[in-house]
Amino acid sequence: MSAAPDLPSVPPPGHREAFRPDWLARAGWLLLALYVAYAVGRLDFSVERFVTGLDNGERFLARMFPPRIVQPDSLLKGLTESLEIAVLASFAGIVLALPIGLLAARNLMPAWASWPARALIAAARSFHPVIVAIIFVKAVGFGALAGIGALVLASVGFIGKLFAEAIEEISAKQVEAVRATGASFMNVILFGVMPQVFSRFIGFATYQLDSNLRNSTMVGIVGAGGIGGTLFSAFQRFDYDFVAAILLSIIAMIMLGELLAGWVRGVFLERGRVDQE
Amino acid sequence: MSAASSAAPQAPGSSRVWERFTPRQRLSRFAVYLGLVAAIVASARTVEVIPEFLYDAPQQVQDLLERMWPIAWHHYAGGVHDALVDTLHIATLGTLLAIVMALPVGLAAAGNLVPNRIVNHLARLVLVSSRSVNSLVWALLFVAVFGPGAIAGTLAIAFRSVGFVGKLVGEALEETDRGTIEALQAAGAPWASRLLWGYWPQIKPAFWSIALFRWDINVRESAVLGLVGAGGIGMALDTAMNLFQWDRVALVLFAIFAVVVIAELAVTHLRQRIL
Repeated sequence: MSAAPDLPSVPPPGHREAFRPDWLARAGWLLLALYVAYAVGRLDFSVERFVTGLDNGERFLARMFPPRIVQPDSLLKGLTESLEIAVLASFAGIVLALPIGLLAARNLMPAWASWPARALIAAARSFHPVIVAIIFVKAVGFGALAGIGALVLASVGFIGKLFAEAIEEISAKQVEAVRATGASFMNVILFGVMPQVFSRFIGFATYQLDSNLRNSTMVGIVGAGGIGGTLFSAFQRFDYDFVAAILLSIIAMIMLGELLAGWVRGVFLERGRVDQE
Repeated sequence: MSAASSAAPQAPGSSRVWERFTPRQRLSRFAVYLGLVAAIVASARTVEVIPEFLYDAPQQVQDLLERMWPIAWHHYAGGVHDALVDTLHIATLGTLLAIVMALPVGLAAAGNLVPNRIVNHLARLVLVSSRSVNSLVWALLFVAVFGPGAIAGTLAIAFRSVGFVGKLVGEALEETDRGTIEALQAAGAPWASRLLWGYWPQIKPAFWSIALFRWDINVRESAVLGLVGAGGIGMALDTAMNLFQWDRVALVLFAIFAVVVIAELAVTHLRQRIL
């Protein structure tokens, strides 16, 4: 009882050495290092380019500060237009995405309905909004309409996918209970399905509004309206102090949008109510 | 409490009516609805849309499709393949660089690792500012600094991704279980060992999933950066569009689509194997 247990000099079978070297992982790190060396060479990075770049950067920053609003009219017009694009695109996108997402939910819909809807959602998601905006600029000309079109498509892709996934995860019990009362299909959707996904829907609708606001400041780079056009032309004219002013106002607008989205989420997700009681 | 009060005998006529929302909630919901409708109406009335452009949109689209067809496949080997591979390298190198930069900031943002509120908030400020600038804007800035080319694209991808990776890694670190860490601490393990053998194994699955997810996003984003001169396939797209060679534009769009789909399939497959 008081004797210390014998320490075996040979580890018993099945013994696992703690912190033993993982040769597979080390080979992985080596491969990674080789890849980085190869890719850096291929993309033509070099120390001297980097050093001259840092010099440029210093001058660039010096020219950016202090920020100066060169054309207040075009700044204000661009910001308003971005805001309008974001609001309209989110509204239209969400309205379109709801039926498409519902059709894409495999637990409610037969395969012949869900596959085309899923394909549509995947297609809407596969291109960056700015690339879609290029196509829309060609189709409907320069201006806000092209930006709205591009962001509607992006919203359909994102909300449609998440909405379909949320519906696929709901509990079938409530749906069956509503159905057992003899409710019509619309009533099953309204009272059996929607209450279960509503809070998640608020979550991604506010997220999408946020994301559309970010992208609406960018689609202007390809001529699809909004502040992006003003930003890009200021860059091309080397008005870096105006660029700084535009960037700061974009960031301020996005942060305000984020705060607003957070407040809306708070109103609908009833976090405050639980805390109060 | 509410069960007790409802069980208590109440005088007839003064029975409380159950209401789903408090007056304040009703008011704030109403404010949200009102604000939404007002925003939509105001935007729809003031946005500058030229209806004439909308009427001939079908014709324009038809014209576009006719010009895009047949797709200029023969152009792939000469002008698109290299740019496409460059795009993948920009996305991968950018993600790696972002991870290298994001890990220390993510560590500093985690309150349980660095118990200093000021450092936490500073780190979070860095992460938020990285995220609130779009990767296209980062690309514009780096093109102005380093000149056009892949180096600007890689840095743009990296700087945009730092915020994303750092935030998620910081959150994963904050959710780790204290048991292992305390055991290591009790055994006298130094800080680095606690990090490597206590925290790292716990956040490993989350970390790989974050890295893969960000790589997938970066493949999509790096395809656009060329539009502002930051290298990759976007530059081929820009050139073809400026020359109105729509058959080549179609080829580039198809190439981007194929790469994005392959990247997503690869990520899904890897995630299933790792997690």
